[in-house]
Amino acid sequence: MTSPITPVLTANWGTDRSWTLDAYTAQGGYQALATALTKTPDEVVAAVKDSGLRGRGGAGFPTGMKWGFLPPYDDNDPQSRYLVVNADESEPGTCKDIPLMMASPHTLVEGVIISSYAIRAKQAFIYVRGEVLHVIRRLRAAVAEAYAAGHLGPDSPAGVDLIVHAGAGAYICGEETALLDSLEGRRGQPRLRPPFPAVAGLYARPTVINNVESIASVPAIIGKGADWFAGLGTEKSKGFVIYSLSGHVTRPGQYEAPLGITLRELLDLAGGVRHGHQLKFWTPGGSSTPLLTDAHLDVPLDYEGVGAAGSMLGTRALQIFDETTCVVRAVLRWSEFYKHESCGKCTPCREGTWWLVQVLTRLEAGNGSEADLDQLLDQCENIAGRSFCALGDGATSPVVSSVQLFREEYLAHLEHGGCPFDAAASTAWAPRRQSQEVHA
Amino acid sequence: MTINATTYAELQEIAARYPQERSGLLPMLHLVQSTEGRVTADGINACAEILGLTAAEVSGVATFYTMYKRKPVGEHHVGVCTNTLCAVMGGDQIFAELKEHLQVGNDETTTDGKVTLEHVECNAACDYAPVVMVNWEFFDNQTPESAKQLVDDLRAGKTVTASRGAKICSWREAERVLAGFDDGRADEGPSAGEASLAGLRTLDGDQ
Repeated sequence: MTSPITPVLTANWGTDRSWTLDAYTAQGGYQALATALTKTPDEVVAAVKDSGLRGRGGAGFPTGMKWGFLPPYDDNDPQSRYLVVNADESEPGTCKDIPLMMASPHTLVEGVIISSYAIRAKQAFIYVRGEVLHVIRRLRAAVAEAYAAGHLGPDSPAGVDLIVHAGAGAYICGEETALLDSLEGRRGQPRLRPPFPAVAGLYARPTVINNVESIASVPAIIGKGADWFAGLGTEKSKGFVIYSLSGHVTRPGQYEAPLGITLRELLDLAGGVRHGHQLKFWTPGGSSTPLLTDAHLDVPLDYEGVGAAGSMLGTRALQIFDETTCVVRAVLRWSEFYKHESCGKCTPCREGTWWLVQVLTRLEAGNGSEADLDQLLDQCENIAGRSFCALGDGATSPVVSSVQLFREEYLAHLEHGGCPFDAAASTAWAPRRQSQEVHA
Repeated sequence: MTINATTYAELQEIAARYPQERSGLLPMLHLVQSTEGRVTADGINACAEILGLTAAEVSGVATFYTMYKRKPVGEHHVGVCTNTLCAVMGGDQIFAELKEHLQVGNDETTTDGKVTLEHVECNAACDYAPVVMVNWEFFDNQTPESAKQLVDDLRAGKTVTASRGAKICSWREAERVLAGFDDGRADEGPSAGEASLAGLRTLDGDQ
């Protein structure tokens, strides 16, 4: 059987000094830039549109179409337009962009130059979360090398300047308009739309904001062709992506494959759920995507497939939890995260996330009542769809889906007068369970 | 402690990197932390003066972001991920044992000033859970024992190297890099950890 693994973005991660310009160039790096420069900017935009590339940051919006929302370029208007790369990877479970920028920052830098050329931006930014020191070192070193090699700078062929900008710890800055406010030196709070960033973004100028993996995919699309890219994946979800497996799995890590692979296939590659245990629940794309169970092992992991299963593909952050894990504990902890990260701008999210934590804390301790479950769902109805941005919606996903899937487990906390699970059994160092103890 | 002339000039240098200089505020606050050990009133005033803002406006930004500290931080900042996945994989136990071992609570510093302990949110290394960060460098696949050894080594001033990163500098030195002043150490450490290569490894031995 041929392997479903298709290394493109991850292909050079294992090579010696892969982060350097020498290593990147030796394996064909910056050839796609040279190809792009033989085309007009509009031809590059068309290629990205034709490839079917959709945003890899979670929402799945077509990248080429997003670029197309920019107002037509006016040679008589000397004012700037901007490309901003969202490298604020913070969604719980999501861990693909950080290793990409650590191992191959030039893939992203080349993508930035080609994309800036396509949208005619002369200034680009990579907004990277501040809590990843070595990734920031590698990015800055790659940018310096690209300047020295003549790929970046006002006198380079594309004429692009690139600034690596470190954030300071705020999940909300992954929301693109909050990111813009943060990049302008303000509290990171989302903006009212319209106007959309394509019209009035950074410094109120036309701005494109894309995820790291989206921009990093552009060199491959230009280098190998839109048709090649569109030939991978499924009908409406084209190309390859990085799937990130974590938790109770034998070999957690990054698995790059065409869109549409299933969790069953990925688990086969990863050695399965950890020895002697069974899959209990998982997130398809981070904690903001509704939980799925072993009933969803054969769901195609593309935008449509996961959507039809009642969840969202999100960032393909597959957090795997086995039967030792208490779902109430897991959901309470995620809720504490959303409470901490709510920016405070809108009432449903600011107040609602606090309410969720209060009720879940009571339930986990076994002090609540069954009516609290209805209370929880009622709170979620008042947060989802009524919050200013998607953070509030995301906060309700694990709560609602866990009550739907594991209502009995919530009730068991009430009957047991607390959590009936042994947290030690879930740890990475829990004694390995003997095969004869495995439940059928 | 007032902001000295060198630091003031560097704060101006950061602001000048951007098309609009207020964009420099986040890195400027990182630089304030690197010299002052926290965000001080003097640091806020210097940023405000350079950017033409009020101290209240700068303070409003500084209090929004969790990486900015109002209390002095120790020589090293140790962050234990206790978001759901790391917590379940053992992060909760690591954090509890470190508090006991160091005799500090969350966001507190050891009496020798060496280590500030904090629980942190998801740091995008879930495939290496449970994860501990030292001055925002990755320490992967930790156990209570390895984490205690790690903080002991930090307190003893031993050389400590990140799982995927460089030899550990101080928290203040790290903050200077975040402000945009390179320390020339990008070439330390590996390209990737084993989990990052898990997909590639499945192809080993394939034709």
